[in-house]
Amino acid sequence: MLTHLPILQVIVPLLAAPLCLMLDGSRFVWAFALLASLLAGVISGLLLWQVETGGTLSYALGGWQAPIGIEYRIDLLSAYLLLIVSAMGTLVLLGAYRSVNKELAAGARTYFYVAYLLCLAGLLGIVAAGDAFNVFVFLEISSLGSYILISLGRDRRALWAAFQYLVVGTIGATFILIGVGFLYAMTGTLNMMDLAQRIPSVSESTTVLVAFTFLVVGVCLKLAMFPLHVWLPNAYAFAPSIATAFLAASATKVAVYLLFRFSFGVFGVALTESILPLQEVFIGLGLAGVFVASLVAISQHNIKRMLAYSSVAQIGYMIIGYGLDSQAGTTAALLHLFNHALMKAALFMALAAVVYHHGSVLLKDLAGLGTTMPWTAAALVGGGLSLIGVPLTVGFISKWYLVQAALEQDLWWLALLIVVGSLLAIVYVWRMIEPMYFAPASSDRPRSVGNTPEAPRSLLLVIWILVAANLYFGIDTRLPVGIAEAAAQQIFGVRF
Amino acid sequence: MILDLYNYWIVVVLMMVGLFIIVSRGNLVKKVIGLNIFQTSVFVFYISLGKVEDGSAPILSDSVSVYSNPLPHVLILTAIVVGVATTALGLALVIRIKEAYGTVEEDDIQTLDDQQ
Amino acid sequence: MSLGLLLHATIVLPLLALVGILLLRDRPNLRDGVSLVAGVLVFACVATIYQRFTAGERIELTWFEILPGLSLSFSLEALGLLFALVAGFLWPVTTLYAIGYMRGHGEANQTRFYLFFALAMAAVFAIAFSANLFTLFIFYEVLTLSTYPLVTHAGTEKARKGGRVYLGMLLGSSILLLLLAIIATWTLAGTLTFTAGGIFPDDTPAWVLSVLLALFVFGIGKAAIMPVHRWLPAAMVAPTPVSALLHAVAVVKAGVFTLLKVCVFVFGVDTLPTLPVTQWLIYLAGLTIVLASLVALYKDNLKARLAYSTVAQLAYVTLGALVATELAIAGSALHIAMHAFGKITLFFCAGAIMVACHKTEVSQMQGLGRVMPVTMTAFLVASLSIIGLPPAGGTWSKWLLIGGSLEADQQLMVAVLITSSLLNIAYLLPIPLRAFFGSASDDGHGPERSVREAPLPALIALVITAVMCVGLFAFPNAVFDLAQRIYG
Repeated sequence: MLTHLPILQVIVPLLAAPLCLMLDGSRFVWAFALLASLLAGVISGLLLWQVETGGTLSYALGGWQAPIGIEYRIDLLSAYLLLIVSAMGTLVLLGAYRSVNKELAAGARTYFYVAYLLCLAGLLGIVAAGDAFNVFVFLEISSLGSYILISLGRDRRALWAAFQYLVVGTIGATFILIGVGFLYAMTGTLNMMDLAQRIPSVSESTTVLVAFTFLVVGVCLKLAMFPLHVWLPNAYAFAPSIATAFLAASATKVAVYLLFRFSFGVFGVALTESILPLQEVFIGLGLAGVFVASLVAISQHNIKRMLAYSSVAQIGYMIIGYGLDSQAGTTAALLHLFNHALMKAALFMALAAVVYHHGSVLLKDLAGLGTTMPWTAAALVGGGLSLIGVPLTVGFISKWYLVQAALEQDLWWLALLIVVGSLLAIVYVWRMIEPMYFAPASSDRPRSVGNTPEAPRSLLLVIWILVAANLYFGIDTRLPVGIAEAAAQQIFGVRF
Repeated sequence: MILDLYNYWIVVVLMMVGLFIIVSRGNLVKKVIGLNIFQTSVFVFYISLGKVEDGSAPILSDSVSVYSNPLPHVLILTAIVVGVATTALGLALVIRIKEAYGTVEEDDIQTLDDQQ
Repeated sequence: MSLGLLLHATIVLPLLALVGILLLRDRPNLRDGVSLVAGVLVFACVATIYQRFTAGERIELTWFEILPGLSLSFSLEALGLLFALVAGFLWPVTTLYAIGYMRGHGEANQTRFYLFFALAMAAVFAIAFSANLFTLFIFYEVLTLSTYPLVTHAGTEKARKGGRVYLGMLLGSSILLLLLAIIATWTLAGTLTFTAGGIFPDDTPAWVLSVLLALFVFGIGKAAIMPVHRWLPAAMVAPTPVSALLHAVAVVKAGVFTLLKVCVFVFGVDTLPTLPVTQWLIYLAGLTIVLASLVALYKDNLKARLAYSTVAQLAYVTLGALVATELAIAGSALHIAMHAFGKITLFFCAGAIMVACHKTEVSQMQGLGRVMPVTMTAFLVASLSIIGLPPAGGTWSKWLLIGGSLEADQQLMVAVLITSSLLNIAYLLPIPLRAFFGSASDDGHGPERSVREAPLPALIALVITAVMCVGLFAFPNAVFDLAQRIYG
């Protein structure tokens, strides 16, 4: 049984998705989906344990050995990502029930959970697969799931946002397909390990460069790297709150993983460094993302949209870490990947609680939240502080590593710009915090559920688990830092 | 000389046509069509990759010794399925958009959104 | 009790008090009692630690390692102990004052007030005993954040604006400059542990150190060197006990304390004078002293005047830290204590006047000496301490600072310090003198006749601190001993 964990990781949510359709009543569907994702979470925990004790796992699908068969390959980096994605998926789903019932029409709820599980399965598949074509297939599965999730938002703009995302996402995925095709044409293999071995012998050819370009552009579309981010703010803003929390915590993270996997795991550090002034390009784009998106975030009135732009900015930090092209930079980016998942999950779940009562999350809906929904408001403060990068939160740890990575290469100006970027975060986070505590609650708004002022307990529980995680991993950093450093070492270890 | 690689030229032309339609047309159904053409160009690209000169279809037979590479075909079968799913979802979304907005023109939708 | 336990207690007791305050939120008397008891206990701990310290005991504690090589650690050292003694003594006194003030003033949300107050104090003790820059930075930020709700306590538009400036400048400068400086220090030196003589390798280029020193001086916004002083006047929207303890003692002293720590234990007193940037920063400190004193002269609002006076006085400490001779360092450390007692008394008086007579402007205070004789006497004593005249403690620190400047051939700074004393006389002394000898101003209510002091707890508090000002003049040895141990 334990040897089959890599495939079970993907297959459990994948099979659970259609099974949901057979169940009646959204409570059962939810419980079943939760069970499936919980199982996936347990599996990913076991996988991480196996990888940490026994080294990289290779699983031949159907007993067919690579390169003929399809290989699932779990190294430290993928095990880490699997854990992040499945843990976030489970936690978000745990708090989803009341919010989904509130935001979605009765007929749509089952489909929500189906799409959720499909998306989860796809994301886990991307990370587990050791085969470039499989990555594409799983990418499309997860994307189709996320288009559906987004389109279920109750504002009609959700449909339009989902359609736009569908067009951009499909173009991105097709780019990846083209890239994979070129690689296959040059090397005759789809297995990533084989690719990594064979590419150096053909690295001089333009075709490999073209393949690399297509792959990177395709992935960057999916991860919403500035300036390919235009699909993200609307998608996040109008999707059901739970879907936003899930996608923000997992989907872009997996895309970042793909960027690292393809450029360092497949093309190899040496090639990625030698072609194009990649370091400058990515650091530049990352910085541009941080500043432009943060500034746009400051002017938003819809908090979900504001945090969506903030996500684009935070992805910018990961891109800077990637662009630094060093072990320290990679560590920083991988750490921030985990940490950002924690903060955004916490924040978007807290917003789900706000939506639950107010129906929307405009700035004015936050007025007086400190007295009407003290726990939710406190959670927003906690998540916000983490986003700023205040000490004792996870955001601080990310920032510390990123600045250190920049200074290690004597890039003083970059270090300065990184911290300036977090000043912008103070501004938009404080725009969110001030009305909660300084503006009086508007009494003309009808309370949606009786007189219970706080969010449902189940939702609050999840929100506070996430906020607590933001604090806990800001103090006890051994788990994320240890894994991120080891994974970065694995990537750069083969360098010399 | 340059026409020797005519299959790639077809791929490139199809791809550009597809992308152009996606970008230039405001009608959402046309956008989906553009997306399809774009994807199809990649299918053609894969299939032509697998063609081995003078090779026959990859069906085991005593009279043939050279076969085309079957793997790209298999891959593309999967990609086609994915493409169909995407198209179906895209069209479903278009229908919902039509219901919600009363139009399938990008400009009109944008105007309606801006009014909100 | 072991020394380690005592050290822990200073940080943990305020946190325990926080829980107690939260649990007893519906019973104000018990709630305030908890704050008071916690304050007294903490001071008892610090006092015991002091005894053990003078007996030669030392200790090093580590809570946990946050990042490899960077842990939350605490250790015992003279400067930190001095700061902790001052804060530990003044916390219960201020609580006493706050009980009188908050009730007398009818403030809302008192539970929240005491809650964040206790949190801030925990951060102060953690800062005082920090063994490395990393720990210090973490609690420095905790202090900023925990005092934000105190500054904006009133919840008005003005409070919100003041809070913005407060948070923006303190958080902004610390993240932008201080954090950068700390990470750079870590990258260069490979350690952040405070070590006598500094931690930088000998071959670090002088220009790098100069940049770092500038980053530290401006990054430690709590030290309020111009132009990062704006947050301090902005913070005066807070209730007076907050202005008194936090913005005359805990927060601002945490700033200059950090700076002093950095100068002595990160750069080292031998390195500082060799850096090209040091002289410019000394000039800047001198400029801050003079300019802030001049601004204070023109402020009619008493709290605003005291705030600018604080800016100037903080620059004394910065000046001493940068001059970095034996006398100057001792003077700086001593000034942390002396100014604390003087300024907190002044703020106590300002608050007392506000509660009892509802007066906030200096021009309204003519003849007030007959209405509030005790308060105004305390004000006079504290003013003398700030000016640096006998019989008040401020005399000694100013004496040492001038001596230190002479030692380092900083004649200009000697002139600055003397000018500043004259300015201090000009903006402080007229207030009590006019209160006693001026004729009562007619503000529409007719001149006050009968004695009307602030509520008793507040009055007791301000008498205690005023007595301490004199006491420190007569018996400065305990503090002076500690101050002398810092150098070398």
